[in-house]
Amino acid sequence: MKIHEYQAKEILRKYGVPTPRGIPCFSVEEAIAAGKTLGGNVAVVKAQIHAGGRGKGGGVKVAKSPAELETYARQIFGMQLVTHQTGSEGQKVRRLLIEEGADIKKELYVGMVVDRGTQRVALMASSEGGMDIEEVAAHTPEKIHTVFIDPMKGLQDSEADDVAAKIGVPANLVPQARTLLQGLYRAFDETDASLAEINPMVITGDGRVVALDAKMNFDSNALYRHPDIVALRDLDEEDPNEIEASKFDLSYISLDGNIGCLVNGAGLAMATMDIVKLYGGNPANFLDVGGGATTEKVTEAFKLMLKNPNLRAILVNIFGGIMKCDVIAAGVVAAAHEVKLAVPLVVRLEGTNVELGKKILADSGLPIISAVNMADAAAKVVAAARG
Amino acid sequence: MPLRKWWLQRGGNMSILINKNTRVITQGITGKTGMFHTKMCKEYAFGADCFVAGVTPKKGGQAYEGIPIYDSVKEAKVQTGATVSVIYVPPPFAAAAIDEAVEAEIDLVICITEGIPVRDMIRTRYKMQGSKTRLIGPNCPGLITPDEIKIGIMPGHIHKKGPIGVVSRSGTLTYEAVGQLRELGLGQSSCVGIGGDPVNGMKHIDVLKLFNDDPETEAVIMVGEIGGSDEEQCARWIKDNMKKPVIGFIAGVTAPPGKRMGHAGAIISGGKGTAQEKLAVMEECGIKVTKNPAEMGKLLKSVL
Repeated sequence: MKIHEYQAKEILRKYGVPTPRGIPCFSVEEAIAAGKTLGGNVAVVKAQIHAGGRGKGGGVKVAKSPAELETYARQIFGMQLVTHQTGSEGQKVRRLLIEEGADIKKELYVGMVVDRGTQRVALMASSEGGMDIEEVAAHTPEKIHTVFIDPMKGLQDSEADDVAAKIGVPANLVPQARTLLQGLYRAFDETDASLAEINPMVITGDGRVVALDAKMNFDSNALYRHPDIVALRDLDEEDPNEIEASKFDLSYISLDGNIGCLVNGAGLAMATMDIVKLYGGNPANFLDVGGGATTEKVTEAFKLMLKNPNLRAILVNIFGGIMKCDVIAAGVVAAAHEVKLAVPLVVRLEGTNVELGKKILADSGLPIISAVNMADAAAKVVAAARG
Repeated sequence: MPLRKWWLQRGGNMSILINKNTRVITQGITGKTGMFHTKMCKEYAFGADCFVAGVTPKKGGQAYEGIPIYDSVKEAKVQTGATVSVIYVPPPFAAAAIDEAVEAEIDLVICITEGIPVRDMIRTRYKMQGSKTRLIGPNCPGLITPDEIKIGIMPGHIHKKGPIGVVSRSGTLTYEAVGQLRELGLGQSSCVGIGGDPVNGMKHIDVLKLFNDDPETEAVIMVGEIGGSDEEQCARWIKDNMKKPVIGFIAGVTAPPGKRMGHAGAIISGGKGTAQEKLAVMEECGIKVTKNPAEMGKLLKSVL
């Protein structure tokens, strides 16, 4: 789960990470008032959307007067902000963060992720603040310093100091950087984060180490024990179809093709998309109905796929293990009746009770195109989508 | 005398990790999932001999399907001599269940549970350092040695005994591979689902090492998916060490970056862990790969 910058900063502040003073705003009027509350001459107007690359997309502006602040707030609030992470249609800006300006002397990068290889949380730090860490990793990997954190001991003083020195924090400010890094790790650990990034972490002219930006993602498997973080979820930032799917415990991701795919199991669902593409088609979605699909779940899955105006055909690919083919077949028939299916439907069933399942489909009177294996299914659905 | 016959005559341990002589404890045997799958596993091949104990705290002294239930893994192990445990405990308590099995010095722990927080698994794996316990999963279908024993949630009836090893991060995609092998008349030595979580126990490479040493296994299907770099690591090991042919498939060539594709571990992050990258490394290492999931069986047959 993702949250906004201002929310991440609120969390980090609780763990002793210094951030600029700032006020989240939900309208231009609030933004103008926030500028007055903060005082000072310089304020930063920051679009709050979940995607990265906001600055380059025109979503972050430094205002040098109250009049400028108002102009920028009007410009950014409500705009469709396009960044390299939003797709071409962009994301509507519904929240702003108004922050006091900072006198930046140096921009650095620090981030934390779970490293699969060592099975520990990795702290990554670099002197190249403000740049994507992926870019730094690709071009100047020697500039990235990594510490794999012992889960029982946490981030040690010596480790934090060492990393801070390596990325160019002046010796007299190393204790401040240590406080920030250790706070970041405790926040990461205690909130079940999956990613935390401070980019940039800055050294200011008056000798402070400050988190100028902040990003946090959380492990969705652990949300059950963090109701306070669940409360930060912003549904405006998520795909409505994916929200709908999550209500029914379906794993759904929208794609830009026209062939709907309904599959059991994540690996098989990916493989089904792959084979559709391989046979010249374009998958409209990833959809894993999981191990315990009921008629209700299958019906909801059909409804979701049919919301897509581009949909030209549907492929159901089920390898029944625990989920029996006859149950799935009954679900498909019920769903097809309920949603008054108007696009071609190709069904491939295999595994437990496959014969019963095929009989239910054949007896249904529905114009279902039956396939004998994955290749046959892919060929038939691609042909059907072409009409 | 062919090796296989000689081995069997000596009562040899064909297959990897488990066989009909394995004795198993089921942790979480009184939950809905635990009950259902314990019954299915018990009904498969030698299952009635293999599934000897269940564990549910405070339910010791009871029984399910004739299987005695104990309060702790330690007690179940002492009473039955079981060396393997399978876990169906719900996610908030599953990591602690693994810890308990590790502390009881169980040889092999198979954790089926999906949805365990990564933070819990980081701590559990940390505590496992230096332990002799092997872990498969979590978030996996389990493993099967056909016609002998199945430990997990895969449909037993699609499998048959034979010379092909299967290792995969996915459940139903493993069944797909097994189904294709069956169509071609090829049975399996063992099939191992290592699971779809980012922090887990045995990796492809660990299972490949066992298949390499198993006299019954003649070739291996390795099924991977986007996310992480375990497949690449395994491919490099195969290049230098594997004595048997390996074929591969990686799911997710069409997966968009930054999106979690069902499995917690199936995500392309920061441009890393793409299917294209994995396939390229595997090919470089001499592994025959296919981009067509319908041709895993056919490709395997071609290398025999």
